[in-house]
Amino acid sequence: MNTLTRRRFMQWMGSGALTAISTRAALAQTGSGGKSGKHIVVVGGGFGGATCAKYLRRYDSTLEVTLIEKKPEFITCPASNWVLGGLRGMDKITHSYDKLQSRYGIKVVHDKVTAVDPAARKITLKDGAPIEYDRLVMSPGIDFQWNAIEGYDKAVSETIPHAYKAGPQTVLLRKQLEAMKDGGTVIISAPGNPFRCPPGPYERASMIAYYLKQHKPKSKVIILDTKDKFSKQGLFMEGWEKLYPGMIEWVAGSEGGKVEGVDVKGMTLVTQSGLVKHKGDVINIIPPQKAGWIAQESGLTNDQGWCPVNQKTFESTLHKDVYVIGDSSIAGAMPKSGHSANNQGKMCAAAIVTSLYDLPLPEPSHVNTCYSLLSDDYGITVAAVYHLKDDTIAGVEGAGGVSPSDAPAMTRKREAVYAGGWYDSITADSFG
Amino acid sequence: MRKSLLFSMITMLAAGIPAVAGAEVSRGAILASTCFSCHGTDGKSPGDMPSIYGVPAESLVKTLQDFKSGMRPATVMDRHAKGYSDDEIHEIADYLSKIK
Repeated sequence: MNTLTRRRFMQWMGSGALTAISTRAALAQTGSGGKSGKHIVVVGGGFGGATCAKYLRRYDSTLEVTLIEKKPEFITCPASNWVLGGLRGMDKITHSYDKLQSRYGIKVVHDKVTAVDPAARKITLKDGAPIEYDRLVMSPGIDFQWNAIEGYDKAVSETIPHAYKAGPQTVLLRKQLEAMKDGGTVIISAPGNPFRCPPGPYERASMIAYYLKQHKPKSKVIILDTKDKFSKQGLFMEGWEKLYPGMIEWVAGSEGGKVEGVDVKGMTLVTQSGLVKHKGDVINIIPPQKAGWIAQESGLTNDQGWCPVNQKTFESTLHKDVYVIGDSSIAGAMPKSGHSANNQGKMCAAAIVTSLYDLPLPEPSHVNTCYSLLSDDYGITVAAVYHLKDDTIAGVEGAGGVSPSDAPAMTRKREAVYAGGWYDSITADSFG
Repeated sequence: MRKSLLFSMITMLAAGIPAVAGAEVSRGAILASTCFSCHGTDGKSPGDMPSIYGVPAESLVKTLQDFKSGMRPATVMDRHAKGYSDDEIHEIADYLSKIK
C-alpha cells in the first residue's frame, strides 16, 4: 500500500464506484441540485480564469465549473505587440473557448457579471438568471484609471488608443502606424508601477521600431515614462542600440517623462506642469491601472484599487469563499502577467479542491517567464521562481533573472524562437 | 505526503465523504504544473518549445540538475532550475514521468 499513488489507488478502487460515492455525497452536502456536486463559478476568461477553470476540472472531475466571460473569444495581450510589428495577424492571437467546454466539460457563459453577493454566495448577470456558487474565482484583469492623465478617457481612447487590452484597440494602433508618413513621431506614454506586463511598453516600442525601420525609416519612437527605470532595461537599451540606433528615445520620469495631460486636437502630450509639450503623429497612452471593475464593485479591492489575497490560496482577505487571481490580485513579488495569472489559476484550483475535501494544500510554487521580442529574430527574457516566504509570495533567491547581456546573435535568435513556442504552449495550457 | 493523502482518502471513503476524483493534488503536481505554462499541459508542447512528456524520471533529474549546475547550456532553464532543491527536482521528475 505504501507504494500506491493516488492515481493507482483510484484505479484499484474502481472509478465507477468512487464517482457514485462522490456525487451522491456531494449532492447531499450542497443541496444545490448541481449535476456533479460543488459548483465553482469563475468570472473572467483570460489567462487566470480559463486556466483555473481547466485545472479545477483536472483536479476534480466531479466539480461543476462555470466560466463567465463577456466576450465570445479571447484576444491575448501577449503577442499583441507582435501584431503591431507586423509579425502576426489578429487571428493568431484570438482563442476560442470551445475546447474548455468540449474537452474539460466547463460550462462557458457569455454574459456580464453585474454584482457579487458574497453573503448569499450569488452573482447577478446582465442577461441571464443569477447564479449560486460554493466558491467564486474572480479573474477580471485590469481597468484603466481614466482622467488620471488629464483629458484621457474612454472616448478619447477611440482616437488615441491605449492598446493595452488587446482587440479593436490593437487594430486601431496598427492602422495608425500604417497610415503615418515616413519621418513621423510615435509617442508612447508608459505608466508607473504597478501595471499589467511590466516589459510591455518597451517591447511595444521595439516592435513599432521594427515596423518603421522597414517601411518608414526616417521615423522616431519616443517613450515618455512615469518611472525612472523599467523591466529588462539594460537588455532593451542594448538591443535598441544594435537594431534601431537613434530611433528610440526613452525619457525617464524624473527627466520630464511623466505625462500629465493630453490635447487631443493638437495631438500633444503635456509634461512638467504644462511647461513642455510633445507633439506626436501617432500617440499611444498606456494609462495607470486598477483591478477590473467588478472587483471594485464587489468590495474586493483595497484603497489602492487592487485585491489583497491569502498568498497561499488566493482567497480574498476581504470576502470568504471568493478567490482573486491574475492582474487584479496582489500576489507578492509576482508581476501582473499572463504567465503569472496562468500559474495562479492552477494554484487557486488546487487550493479550492483541497479545501473542499479537507485535504492538506501542498506548499505553493509559481514561475513567471516573460519573453519580449525586439525584432523577428531577437528575443530576451526575464524569469523567476516563486515560493512562500514570511507569508508572502517571494522570488527564490539565486534563481531567475534576465538573459545575459552582450550575448551572441544565436542566443537572441533562440529566445525569439522560444518566444513563439512559449506563446503556443501557454495559450494551449490556458484555453485548450 | 503520499502516505498521508492515501490515509486521508481511505478515511474519507470509509466515512462516505467524497474523495478527489481526477489528477492528484500533490507537491509534485503543483511544482510540475508550473512547467506546463512553457512546455504545454502534461509537458506536451504544441509548438517550438521542447516536449517533456514521456521522459523517464532519471533523465529529467539529470537534465534539471545539469541546468542547475550550469553543465548543460540553456537560454532560460538554468535560471529556472536554480529555483529548486534536489528533493523538489526529484518530485517534479517523478510526477512528470508518471503522466499517462
